[in-house]
Amino acid sequence: MKILVGYKRVVDYNVRIQVKPDGSGVVTDGVKLSANPFDDIALEEALRLREKGIASEVVVVTIGPANAQAHIRNGLAMGANRAIHVVSEEAIQPLTAARAMLKLIDKEQPGIVILGKQAIDDDCNQTGQMLAALWDRPQATFASKIEISGQVARVTREVDAGLETIEVDLPAVITTDLRLNEPRFIKLPDIMKAKSKPLETLQFADLAVEAGDHLKTTRFEPPAKRSKGVMVKDAAELVAALKAKGLL
Amino acid sequence: MSKILVIAEHLDGKLNSSTARCVSAAHAVKPAAIDVLVLAADAAAIAAEAARIEGVSKVLALSRAENAHALAAILAPQIAAVAGNGYSHVFAPSTTFGKDLLPRVAALLGVAQVSDVMTVAATHTFQRPIYAGNAIITVEAPASSVVVATIRTASWPAAASTSTSAPIEAASADVSLPTHTRFVELAQGKSDRPDLQGASKVISGGRALGSAENFAVIYQLADKIGAAVGASRAAVDAGYVPSDLQVGQTGKIIAPELYVAIGISGAIQHLTGIKDAGTIVAINKDAEAPIFEIADYGLVGDLFKIVPELEAAL
Ligand SMILES: Cc1cc2nc3c(=O)[nH]c(=O)nc-3n(C[C@H](O)[C@H](O)[C@H](O)COP(=O)(O)OP(=O)(O)OC[C@H]3O[C@@H](n4cnc5c(N)ncnc54)[C@H](O)[C@@H]3O)c2cc1C
Ligand SMILES: Nc1ncnc2c1ncn2[C@@H]1O[C@H](COP(=O)(O)O)[C@@H](O)[C@H]1O
Repeated sequence: MKILVGYKRVVDYNVRIQVKPDGSGVVTDGVKLSANPFDDIALEEALRLREKGIASEVVVVTIGPANAQAHIRNGLAMGANRAIHVVSEEAIQPLTAARAMLKLIDKEQPGIVILGKQAIDDDCNQTGQMLAALWDRPQATFASKIEISGQVARVTREVDAGLETIEVDLPAVITTDLRLNEPRFIKLPDIMKAKSKPLETLQFADLAVEAGDHLKTTRFEPPAKRSKGVMVKDAAELVAALKAKGLL
Repeated sequence: MSKILVIAEHLDGKLNSSTARCVSAAHAVKPAAIDVLVLAADAAAIAAEAARIEGVSKVLALSRAENAHALAAILAPQIAAVAGNGYSHVFAPSTTFGKDLLPRVAALLGVAQVSDVMTVAATHTFQRPIYAGNAIITVEAPASSVVVATIRTASWPAAASTSTSAPIEAASADVSLPTHTRFVELAQGKSDRPDLQGASKVISGGRALGSAENFAVIYQLADKIGAAVGASRAAVDAGYVPSDLQVGQTGKIIAPELYVAIGISGAIQHLTGIKDAGTIVAINKDAEAPIFEIADYGLVGDLFKIVPELEAAL
């Protein structure tokens, strides 16, 4: 069985994002870029399924600009067998990403597609669910545990009420939550080895994806700031202050 | 004129307050009608509850055995079918229920989704957070297609309940449903404490608690003031508390009147979950901890000394 993994490059989670003064976007020049943390988890899970003999091949997919090659090599160094780079200089929205991935699914015929539950740049949390709908296959989102037996995946999901377990027939789309696993570190020799792994490059336009991102972003603003409060000296003063505000 | 379909969230036969929050957001669009759709094995009792939310025009009760559990693959085609009856907007809460479900509906309708609506600027213009809330963007959905949006519940008050009831209609959706997705079980953290997402007071603990046993001091303090309990990701990852207590970018986004962060450093991913709180209190032994930058009241010291003192002072 083949596993397709979404491997998006995003601004590193440690970067303090600043909105440009003219409201036209956020400052991304010179900031550190990394794999979306949820996609590292997706790749790790795929690698573990391969190590267990359940999957035979792990393919990472990045839709991103031409200069995302180094990022993709990281995915290969972590252990993916090969990569597909769909080159798009423009950022694309989830529906378009899902449509593009469906084209790759048609060609690759994976048994499982693992994506992150959300990309930490747009925070959309949509692509996996949309892909599952377009593909007309099951979705198991926010996974914290995956067990495969034959053509069925049993997935434990982190939901607001607790932990939900569902069973889905394969092929299916699974999206990862933070506690699914802890991604391995990339080792130096693997970076060398990754250089000779197959990386297929496609132009976004060549996928003939139905045109059109649909949402137009007209303005970027910094969030409303909370003002800095006061320091209290001890528990008694804190309780008094909260009582005075009617909070206790 | 706008006509809005709100998808009701419910569990164990009870309506979730997230539904009334979505109705508030729907109001802001100033629509001609707000209809609530209840999908359940037997929708009657939940529909009756939804009919008492102020501003609801009518409730559509779609009862079907397959709807016993909220499985997106099963609910989405029914919602897409109902949405086809002249609705201009489809709203659901951006809880795990709505996040799982609504993109599937959007894709079936062939439209984009607006996630986490914070404010409504116009019928097709909304504000939403990106980058863990470090930027707020204004987005415009195309005027020609249905707007599918999840509502950031912490940004909206629950619409009031009324003594009069909106009409309830039985609805049906003539679609075949897949069998490829099956519910197995839901392990719920049973607790008599207030629900984290609706609570007016929340006490959260972080990595500093050090163990599940030590976390008991957080529960005790919470019980003393009738607060819900939350946690940082680090505390959840370390196994001190279950995952449904996680507050933040990838956990629950909450807006209690009082939020007390104990032994939590204040990483941006945590702060994004609490910045709509009324009053934030931080207790941390490190005076430089970033949590103090947004706290209304800060107290520097060892939590294992301060928390018992707080309890005693109450
Ligand atoms: C993609 C992604 C998503 C994330 N999502 C979330 C999320 O949703 N929610 C979330 O919370 N985090 C999230 N995180 C993690 C986040 O970045 C932080 O790692 C996490 O919030 C830290 O938890 P903490 O504050 O409990 O631990 P720490 O950062 O280790 O802080 C512990 C604090 O306790 C203080 N302390 C220690 N001992 C004592 C004592 N005895 N008395 C008083 N104070 C003491 C220390 O001074 C320190 O400030 C996410 C990270 C990533 C990469
Ligand atoms: N441009 C992209 N390249 C690769 N994977 C993507 C891309 N966009 C979205 N994804 C996948 O979809 C997941 C959810 O993204 P989103 O719906 O944007 O929050 C990500 O974690 C990725 O796995």
